Amino acid sequence: MNKGQNIPVLEARNLSVSFRMYDGTFKQKELRVISDLSIQVFSGEILAIAGSSGSGKSLLASAILGILPRTAAVRGELRYHGQTLTPKLQKQLRGTKIALVPQSVDFLDPLMRAGAQADGHRKPYPTQKRRRLFARFGLPDDTERCYPFQLSGGMARRVLVSTALLADAQLMIADEPTPGMSLGQALEVLKVFREMADEGKAVILITHDIDLAFAFADRIAVLYAGTIVETASAQDFQAGPDALRHPYSRALWRALPQNDFEPIAGVQPYAGNLPKGCLFAPRCSQSTPKCTQETPPVRTLRGGEVRCFAAE
Amino acid sequence: MKSTAGRMLVLFMKNCIRILSLLFAVSVISFVLVSALPIDPIQQYMMGIGPVSEEQRTEIAAYWGVDKPPAARYISWLCALCSGNFGTSLLYRRPVIEIIAERFQNSLALMLCAWLFSGMIGFLLGCVMGIYRDKWQDQVIRKLCYLLSSVPTFWLGMVLLLLFSVKLGWFPVGFSTPIGMLDSEVSVWQRLHHLVLPAFTLSLASFSNIALHTRQKMIDVENSAYILFARARGESGWTLFVRHGLRNAILPALTLQFASFAELFGGSVLAENVFSYPGLGSAVSAAGLNSDVPLLLGITLFSTLFVCVGNMIANLLYGVIDPKMRDSGE
Repeated sequence: MNKGQNIPVLEARNLSVSFRMYDGTFKQKELRVISDLSIQVFSGEILAIAGSSGSGKSLLASAILGILPRTAAVRGELRYHGQTLTPKLQKQLRGTKIALVPQSVDFLDPLMRAGAQADGHRKPYPTQKRRRLFARFGLPDDTERCYPFQLSGGMARRVLVSTALLADAQLMIADEPTPGMSLGQALEVLKVFREMADEGKAVILITHDIDLAFAFADRIAVLYAGTIVETASAQDFQAGPDALRHPYSRALWRALPQNDFEPIAGVQPYAGNLPKGCLFAPRCSQSTPKCTQETPPVRTLRGGEVRCFAAE
Repeated sequence: MKSTAGRMLVLFMKNCIRILSLLFAVSVISFVLVSALPIDPIQQYMMGIGPVSEEQRTEIAAYWGVDKPPAARYISWLCALCSGNFGTSLLYRRPVIEIIAERFQNSLALMLCAWLFSGMIGFLLGCVMGIYRDKWQDQVIRKLCYLLSSVPTFWLGMVLLLLFSVKLGWFPVGFSTPIGMLDSEVSVWQRLHHLVLPAFTLSLASFSNIALHTRQKMIDVENSAYILFARARGESGWTLFVRHGLRNAILPALTLQFASFAELFGGSVLAENVFSYPGLGSAVSAAGLNSDVPLLLGITLFSTLFVCVGNMIANLLYGVIDPKMRDSGE
């Protein structure tokens, strides 16, 4: 990855997303679901964003595409190929330059056949290309005539992936694309993503399946309570805790079944109740008084990025 | 998909059996209710004949079987019904079946116009409300819907009558044809001219239901994940509405519309009375007020059948247009 000289395909700088909620009659409460998040994804790479549920993964995808609910407020900066992503630009890029693989089967219109749905609204319909993709993903020939309720979970997800691939976008955001698929099918999908990246496109793979991220991503960004705590190369994650920078990434590594299978105490803070300072401080074994007062800045460290005072 | 027709046939047969059993139940209940009325059927029958002696009276009672126990009377009535004999209207001195057939034609024209109009207007306004949710368009139309659904039909009819017929003189004050003209001389336009105001009243009284339902469905659709995904793929505005909104909102609206025959019939009774429109609705109130038992029972059964058929169409239609029901056997 020649990051140094390249402009990232997508860059988020101190991105925050919050929701206004009415608490009682008059009090307005702000729920911050994404806090000061910074990521960069470059042409030719697969960036995995790994995080547990509730860490803000899907909202990040919505924020990039500009399809957050009306009650959401976005702060910070998003850039696509160096251009600031305004709502107008987002509208232009949606479905043409940036494609989304949504998270669940509910994202398919229940009253539209899978084929028509994958073809989308842009004419001419890419029917031939779509048939080839369906065949490649092992979907039976009659899938195109099926309504979503007639598809299994894995089939529906393969339809969703095809949908995004047909857009022929520069940036693919895949939100949990593989659950419900067999290992072979999942690998085929990831192989397609790899091919995309090798063609010079960029892929953001949002997942809670860390093994998958290890195996296919070039870099992995760890999302915790709506912020990226560490971004590191996949090799660092494979090397083990010593190569990692953030205490949460290490804890995540240790929690994996093939490693120590050792869970970390405590729970991820709720969006309405974020701690002051470092969001991970309440669960961190290395936490100092400074950590509970100040938010650590993003630092470059050993070729990765980390948001921790203690990391070295 | 090959079994679709077969399944529809089974569904149709089931519905028919249900309708027949319901008609039977309605006939029993209405017969019991009518028997409990303080109406002397002999007296009603003799009204057009003039004074009769006591012997003639008993003879008439014996001829019509009034002296028999209620169960026997019911069975002989049911047998007559099954052979297509609904009796003779005491009010009009003509067979009930003839009156129903004639009046139903008028009512059908009225109800069909009102039904189509209220369905289309209701769906359209529902879509507008759903799209402009919580904006002023939605607020205005929604309040109008609440207002119209709480206003009594007869009052609405009278206001429209006062405004458009009396003050402005655009439409006739009543009846289905101009007064003093032979039925054969009346043109289609004249009939339509007489139909406009009652049909408009009836549809005004009934569109709010479908509009409010469609609004809610539109909001559900807008909040759905598939709309979010369609937006993520660059769909917006009209394309988004036609490809996803319309499809998903029209399904429940259609069912609701076919299931609304009961309200339609109820509304037509009031509207027809206000406009002196010679339909089934005005016939039923005339029969009730004048103790015309055969006509009353005949219309009761007929309106039951009418409402049931509407519901059956709704059931069958859902099976045809909802892919989940249609293709579930594949």
